[in-house]
Amino acid sequence: MEAFLNQLPIGLSIGAVLLLIALGLTFTFGQMGVINMAHGEFIMAGAYTAYLLQDWAGRQAVIVALPVAFVVAGLMGLALERAAIRHFYGRPLDTLLLTWGVSLVLQQLARDLFGAPNVQVQAPQWLQGGLGIMPYNRMFILALAVGSVVAVWAYMNRTGQGRRMQAVMQNRRLASTSGIDTGRVDMRTFFIGSGLAGIAGVALTLIGPVGPALGTYYIVDAFLVVVAGGLGQLRGAVIAAAGLGLLNSYAEFWTDASLAKVIVFAVIVAFLQFRPQGLFVVRSRALT
Amino acid sequence: MSTVVTSKDASVAPLPPGRPSWRARLQGPAVFTAVAVLALVVAPLVLEPFRLGLLAKYLVYAIVALGIGLAWGQGGMLVLGQGVFFGLGGYAMGMYLKLTEAQGGLPDFMVWSGVEELPALWAPFANPVFALAMAVVAPVVVAALLGALVFRQRVRGAYFAILTQALAAAFVILLVGQQGLTGGTNGLTNFFELFGQDLALDSTQRGLYFVVAVVLGLLYLGARQLVNSRFGRLLVAVRDGEDRVRFLGYNPATVKTVTFAISAGMAGLAGALFVPVVGIISPALLGVVPSLELVVAVAVGGRFALAGAVLGAVVMNYAKTVFSEELSSAWLYLQGALFILVMTLAPKGIIGLLRRRKEAAG
Amino acid sequence: MSGDDTGAEALLEIRDLSVVFDGFRALDGVNLTLARGELRFLIGPNGAGKTTLIDVITGLTRPAGGSVRFGGKDLVGRKEHEIVRLGVGRTFQTSVVFEELTVVENLDLAASFRRPLWALAGRRRGVSEAVRAALATTGLEELAERPARVLSHGQRQWLEIGMLIAQRPSLLLLDEPVAGMSQDERARTGELLTEIAEDHTVIVVEHDMDFLRRYASQVTVLHEGRVLTEGSVDDVSADPRVQEVYLGRAREEATDAVG
Repeated sequence: MEAFLNQLPIGLSIGAVLLLIALGLTFTFGQMGVINMAHGEFIMAGAYTAYLLQDWAGRQAVIVALPVAFVVAGLMGLALERAAIRHFYGRPLDTLLLTWGVSLVLQQLARDLFGAPNVQVQAPQWLQGGLGIMPYNRMFILALAVGSVVAVWAYMNRTGQGRRMQAVMQNRRLASTSGIDTGRVDMRTFFIGSGLAGIAGVALTLIGPVGPALGTYYIVDAFLVVVAGGLGQLRGAVIAAAGLGLLNSYAEFWTDASLAKVIVFAVIVAFLQFRPQGLFVVRSRALT
Repeated sequence: MSTVVTSKDASVAPLPPGRPSWRARLQGPAVFTAVAVLALVVAPLVLEPFRLGLLAKYLVYAIVALGIGLAWGQGGMLVLGQGVFFGLGGYAMGMYLKLTEAQGGLPDFMVWSGVEELPALWAPFANPVFALAMAVVAPVVVAALLGALVFRQRVRGAYFAILTQALAAAFVILLVGQQGLTGGTNGLTNFFELFGQDLALDSTQRGLYFVVAVVLGLLYLGARQLVNSRFGRLLVAVRDGEDRVRFLGYNPATVKTVTFAISAGMAGLAGALFVPVVGIISPALLGVVPSLELVVAVAVGGRFALAGAVLGAVVMNYAKTVFSEELSSAWLYLQGALFILVMTLAPKGIIGLLRRRKEAAG
Repeated sequence: MSGDDTGAEALLEIRDLSVVFDGFRALDGVNLTLARGELRFLIGPNGAGKTTLIDVITGLTRPAGGSVRFGGKDLVGRKEHEIVRLGVGRTFQTSVVFEELTVVENLDLAASFRRPLWALAGRRRGVSEAVRAALATTGLEELAERPARVLSHGQRQWLEIGMLIAQRPSLLLLDEPVAGMSQDERARTGELLTEIAEDHTVIVVEHDMDFLRRYASQVTVLHEGRVLTEGSVDDVSADPRVQEVYLGRAREEATDAVG
């Protein structure tokens, strides 16, 4: 029973990280119709930001790194959007392959800059230990995700910028003819989405080592969150991320670890039999 | 409009206005014959055994690429998990080879990982016919099942691409984890003979090269026939307007499932050929990255033409060999950069560039 | 069979049909009966539910209630391609033809849908009778071997109608076939329509009043998801309620535009 309960914080914190990653993916996919495979490398950039800040901030690097990683990863996303992706709007498959090329280059860059072996980031002392079955570091990750979701929700529903973002997501052409500068909205969405991936990277330093391929371990699962949650859906992403995180950790717990991913895959395919467009769908009459 | 007729348009032309000239109609077969002579006569004569072996490997990859060209280029299904089917074919062949060498005993890696009895899954693979059949049947069944489930629910485009990628990721983890059954990270290797032939001999490898080249040629002709058939036209229609096709009375899910299964079968056959040619099958050869690399190769060659897929697979794998021999870290930069360039500047790949030059000249 | 064959049996029977989109009733208790061989125009202001009605008949939209019977079979709950196989064909407001295929390939694909899938593995040899007839009816013979992407807007609409004829459906549904067309193209489409109506049962959704007066005989008027009235063009145009909701609104819009 205790082993069973011990899986809970693991599953929830993995779900929290997946959510932070998936938010950016689902918004850029929903709003611009692009799939960014280099998103995984923004996670990696966030993690290395925390690693580098250790020289200056010591064991508090993780905390200092949160805003810095957000900006670093956000700027990387912004640069990618302006330089390449904006020419590919509405072509998800092409952007998927294009950004995979970018992802390869960024991974190799990290290998050349930081070396191929994994590095460690020291967690602050006050994150060691735990409360009952709940380790502090995983609680912290959970709090980070909750805070981010609340912030994103507030941004989308309580600010003019956020409402414009929703307008563009629902109907780009109409939003554009209504005087919304869709280019600016796209840039902001990309910045915020990529920045959240940077925060996810910092969070990951609390539960594991940092390496050039860090992003590749999470990007596929984060995409599955988008698939299961429904395009551009905050609610859907939250539920799907939590579900996938828990499913992952319990599938590993009950069966062989090597079977867990196969089970997750089967569950997703089964789920799509009932909700082929994910948990939540924006209805449209358009024939595509 | 220029009067140049691309090979795609050179199908049947019953009405006078657009009939392609006999020159244009002979062009395709002429190029095919030239390439066949080059591959079957010139290459074995001029290449040393090591290089011929490498070429055999590229041609094996070209078979997978052909299937990707069919599914993605013609059918619009971006398949990011062909490594799974390649792997199923490869492991089926590898299991047969291990069992013949064990001569009734246990394969070496099982002994090392403490397995005491041959797993039931392995037993039938001692039969070469069964093993070869499974190399194609298993991928076809897995693809048909997945295709039927997701296409029926109209899961498509990027969603489908992501699902195939997730399948590749899960498959690799499964293979690595089931050490006693699959050989884990090392995979299956140390093969010595195939159908009584010593695999280390140059003559065996030369024979294998011919088999691979002929299989590729036949599959290419078959795929071409399919593309030019009514089914091929229907496939393009599904790619460009799946919902509209429904209102023509066809079920796009069936068309896509059949095509996806064919492409998986090709990958499986390629996997089975890969094992004796290269001498190993392991998870690292069939995960997310190798699967994507082949898709990239198809894009570079030109996804809308079957010849482009084949060309891309050979060119990119050749480039990989050359650059990894000389400067391995630069290869990754180069591959990434090349790919970004192709996607932005020449989305129709090398074949697209060639055709454009020809049209400009004409 | 001719259009004014009044004694003909009902081909399409729609009873008490309603469609709800997120709480909005797009169709609200619609009844419609269409005799075999009839040419029926469906009119109504924007948002009246015309296209929704066609969407329900062809399986694109699921109704909240009611029934659609076609030749004695219930269509509700069937998939789009199954309904086509029963003999119902449609076009779309924005024409969708396959740009990468030639005109004749587009038509051939439409004409081949009853063949089993394995029989499609062969190459097309020559042009079938159905395709030849569709080419002749639509006047696209000259363009037969050209890719559909080079066609003009009007030619695309004709190709779509040609694809429909090639399928030999018993019921044709045309959604605004002359929208966006020039005067000449409208006239040709009208002729085409008259020709098709001679041996098909047709429903045409149309906005264009000139076109309606020239080619329509029987008209059904939809308004806010309900059938407002039915009858001949003259009866319907004379109906004050129709003038109120349809023409009246048009007048208002005209004055709005001027003011």
